[in-house]
Amino acid sequence: MSARAPVSDNVHVEVVHDHHEAGHGSRREYITGFVLSVILTAIPFWLVMAEVFTDSRVTSLVIMAFAVAQIVVHMIYFLHMNARSEGGWTMMALIFTVVLVVIALSGSLWVMYHLNTNMMPMSPGDMRNMP
Amino acid sequence: MAQSHTAAADDGELHFYVADEHGHAEGGTMLGFWLYLMSDCLIFAILFATYGVLGRNYAAGPSGADLFDLKLVAVNTSMLLFSSITYGFAMLEMEKGDQRMTQRWLAITGAFGLCFIGLELYEFAHLIHEGATPQRSAFLSSFFTLVGTHGVHVTFGLIWLVTLMVQVHQRGLIPANRRRLMCLSMFWHFLDVIWIGVFTFVYLMGSLK
Amino acid sequence: MNSEPNPIDTYPHWWRLLFGRFTLESLPLHEPIVVVTFLAVAVGGLAVLGLVTRYKLWGVLWRDWFTSVDHKKIGIMYMVLGLVMLLRGFADAVLMRSQQAIAHGGSDGFLPPHHYDQIFTAHGVIMIFFVAMPLVTGLMNYVVPLQIGARDVAFPFLNNFSFWMTTGGVVLTMMSLFIGEFAATGWLAYPPLSNIAYSPSTGVDYYIWALQIAGIGTTLSGVNLIATIVKMRAPGMSMMKMPVFTWTSLCTNILIVASFPVLGAVLALLTLDRYVGTNFFTNDLGGNPMMYVNLIWIWGHPEVYILVLPAFGIFSEVTSTFSGKRLFGYASMVYATVVITILSYLVWLHHFFTMGSGASVNSFFGITTMIISIPTGAKIFNWLFTMYRGRIRFDLPMMWTVAFMLTFVVGGMTGVLLAVPPADFVLHNSLFLVAHFHNVIIGGVLFGLFAGIYYWWPKAFGFRLDPFWGKVSFWCWVVGFWVAFTPLYILGLMGVTRRMSSFAGHEYQPLFVIAAFGAALVACGIGAMIVQFAVSILRREQLRDLSGDPWGGRTLEWATSSPPPDYNFAFTPMVHDGDAWWDMKSRGYQRPLDGYKAIHMPKNTGAGVIISAIATVFGIAMVWYVWWLAALAFVGAIAATIIHTFNYDRDYYIPADEVARTEAERTRTLALVKA
Repeated sequence: MSARAPVSDNVHVEVVHDHHEAGHGSRREYITGFVLSVILTAIPFWLVMAEVFTDSRVTSLVIMAFAVAQIVVHMIYFLHMNARSEGGWTMMALIFTVVLVVIALSGSLWVMYHLNTNMMPMSPGDMRNMP
Repeated sequence: MAQSHTAAADDGELHFYVADEHGHAEGGTMLGFWLYLMSDCLIFAILFATYGVLGRNYAAGPSGADLFDLKLVAVNTSMLLFSSITYGFAMLEMEKGDQRMTQRWLAITGAFGLCFIGLELYEFAHLIHEGATPQRSAFLSSFFTLVGTHGVHVTFGLIWLVTLMVQVHQRGLIPANRRRLMCLSMFWHFLDVIWIGVFTFVYLMGSLK
Repeated sequence: MNSEPNPIDTYPHWWRLLFGRFTLESLPLHEPIVVVTFLAVAVGGLAVLGLVTRYKLWGVLWRDWFTSVDHKKIGIMYMVLGLVMLLRGFADAVLMRSQQAIAHGGSDGFLPPHHYDQIFTAHGVIMIFFVAMPLVTGLMNYVVPLQIGARDVAFPFLNNFSFWMTTGGVVLTMMSLFIGEFAATGWLAYPPLSNIAYSPSTGVDYYIWALQIAGIGTTLSGVNLIATIVKMRAPGMSMMKMPVFTWTSLCTNILIVASFPVLGAVLALLTLDRYVGTNFFTNDLGGNPMMYVNLIWIWGHPEVYILVLPAFGIFSEVTSTFSGKRLFGYASMVYATVVITILSYLVWLHHFFTMGSGASVNSFFGITTMIISIPTGAKIFNWLFTMYRGRIRFDLPMMWTVAFMLTFVVGGMTGVLLAVPPADFVLHNSLFLVAHFHNVIIGGVLFGLFAGIYYWWPKAFGFRLDPFWGKVSFWCWVVGFWVAFTPLYILGLMGVTRRMSSFAGHEYQPLFVIAAFGAALVACGIGAMIVQFAVSILRREQLRDLSGDPWGGRTLEWATSSPPPDYNFAFTPMVHDGDAWWDMKSRGYQRPLDGYKAIHMPKNTGAGVIISAIATVFGIAMVWYVWWLAALAFVGAIAATIIHTFNYDRDYYIPADEVARTEAERTRTLALVKA
């Protein structure tokens, strides 16, 4: 594959090796990913804009589920994640990061929610109008 | 590489060194760039956490439901989604070694990226014009910062894209440039992933009554 | 300072356009201590510059050091940076100890409160970011590629760039001593105190930009070392055959990559609050200062393990080498390290139990904190069992290791004490806490770094350090540490809070005087260490080690010459055992004497220095509100980076005959050792 490009001497085989490991999608993969993404984007927008569910909590949960699904789609079809590339290290790094993101997000929300409850006892309505 | 050599050589004798010269870099760029993206992901995690904690502190000011124009956000999202697929096509052309088509798809990607940034700037200008400035409330501070940081990333992605197009033009699709294009590809798709979080968590959930 | 009228108001408009808020009053000419320090630094600095010029060393420095992408040279530069900053940080410590020894019963001491506040802030910031971090990064940089049989790190240019970004942070911090002032907020700059309303001066801005610039460097060096360890291990070195120091380095760098972005993000939010007027951490308009505390400790707690894990690695290497035994429980050591890595993200709230999150939250974080002591305790037992029935040689690295075990266990136990939320309500913000974290950071991290410096010095320079002065330094340090911090434990239990510049009565004075005496002993320890370096350099011929393996080492770095050649290993080693070099020695490995090939190496570049210098200028411009310069520097840094990417000529080959010549020299010296 690198045969027809003018390869200078000093950038050599190592890159080919690289290339081989990272892996690309095929045209079909990209299009599948794109179609799925469009669907997974359109539905939550529709759910919110058309106010399909009366309970906003239901809507929140459903659109979050769609977001997670779409993130997985992007990971697989656009970022070509799999357990094999780079000897599994990219997947490992991703899982570790997801764990930390969940810890940081849920931890902060939990900690700060309890703090607010203990230190600023007031209703959300009061909060909304708080200076 | 560790797996590629067996402990004992074929002749049954133990070898303690590799007689062939090993290249300096063993192709750590993709992994390294992925690690960078993971660290970037944590920056966004913190901004999301901040938005999650402060995002309802309207300070008697406007809320997301008052401000967000979901149609605009939908258009913006589609821009980013289109740019993702066009970048994918650029990568496919790169695979084939077709420099002209690669450049063409890269240019289209850049155009979609520019539209995205333009729309976002328009939205920001509109909000600020209405008095919904970043200084107005903790909600608006965290909103502008989260969305703005994503926008800054896209902007740097565009600068990078243009740089790479120049470099591909100068030197062709040499391995070094292919590697760079693949890094930018990861960056670009990664930003798309972040945007999924943004439109869901900020815009859609913020618009709920 | 806040109450004084702002001198900038008397300056003309053009001045403000050109110099931002810098005024002649920003120079602390009214503070005699600072002026004297400045004169001393200026004279010393000019002398150094003069000497460098006199001996025409600029070219050498620039070509062989500043622009070098060699991980060994960058490692040494990190070490020099860390040791120089240790002197600065320790000078702050001495000022604090002497102030607190004097200022009792109506005396105000010699430091005004505002100055004292800056000193304890600078002390904390410098010791963590610009002493411990460079020393840790430096050792990892130097040792890890050698231990895994690599030629360099995965991204040599990035390594050079990271170093210079760290240096940029140092430059900003040091500048604040003489131009403007440093933060007076404590080392984590909690808002609302650190917000513009209460800290309008340059202090917090210096703090923000110094950490932000250094933090970029640290994050990138973390990425670099992970990629190095993952991708560049010698053939045969599976994960479970990696030296323990490499394992701990891997975990430390994972922590760096996963936590420094958090620091960067939090500081960015504080920056927006200060520069743009957003309301993240203000008390108005929905802001919440406690969110800052929460976020910064998500970085802050892993940071503690970033520092101490490599120290644990050093102790593991030293213990097994100087006991002449394989490390006891290698696998448990690795698992303990990995468990600590993950658990370190689950404990951050123990830094603010008293904030008011309530019993459920506090109990969760109290328990996770206590759980972390289990893997740490397992490590201590591993070292003890390694020593058990070993043939222990009490050379300096081993002495530091034993001192560490005794000291660190006490620090760990007071830590478990503080992990109990009700106890923490009594002890938080007291000198007990100060004593605790110095106990673990000095007793754990610093002792480990010293052990590492003594252990690997012969590798880096080809001669050992003089043992006599080393022992003097050792005893002064260890005894001095205990004399300085035991009184603080007691004072803390008596209820004395930290960061006090004076005390009303005399009842605490005796203990503070004892603590000051301890600091003086530590000063002797540092002095002896400097003498030791000087004496060792002068007597280097007597202390020369030609073998490359002065301690009977077990890991690959001892397989090559001291100092190692640019390419580290003429042939990439092949690994069959965890203690690779020990294995090679015991199986009668013969060094190859011919068949050398040209070696592919990265080329030096000045881009790292240039981009970091521009970034530093950007920081300075932002601190002083010199907007035109900030904009220029920002664009300049990006432009310089882009220009650098147009350089495709980044590597070269060391010709085979040059390798042959270097290796022939090594053969000759090895023959001398045998004779």
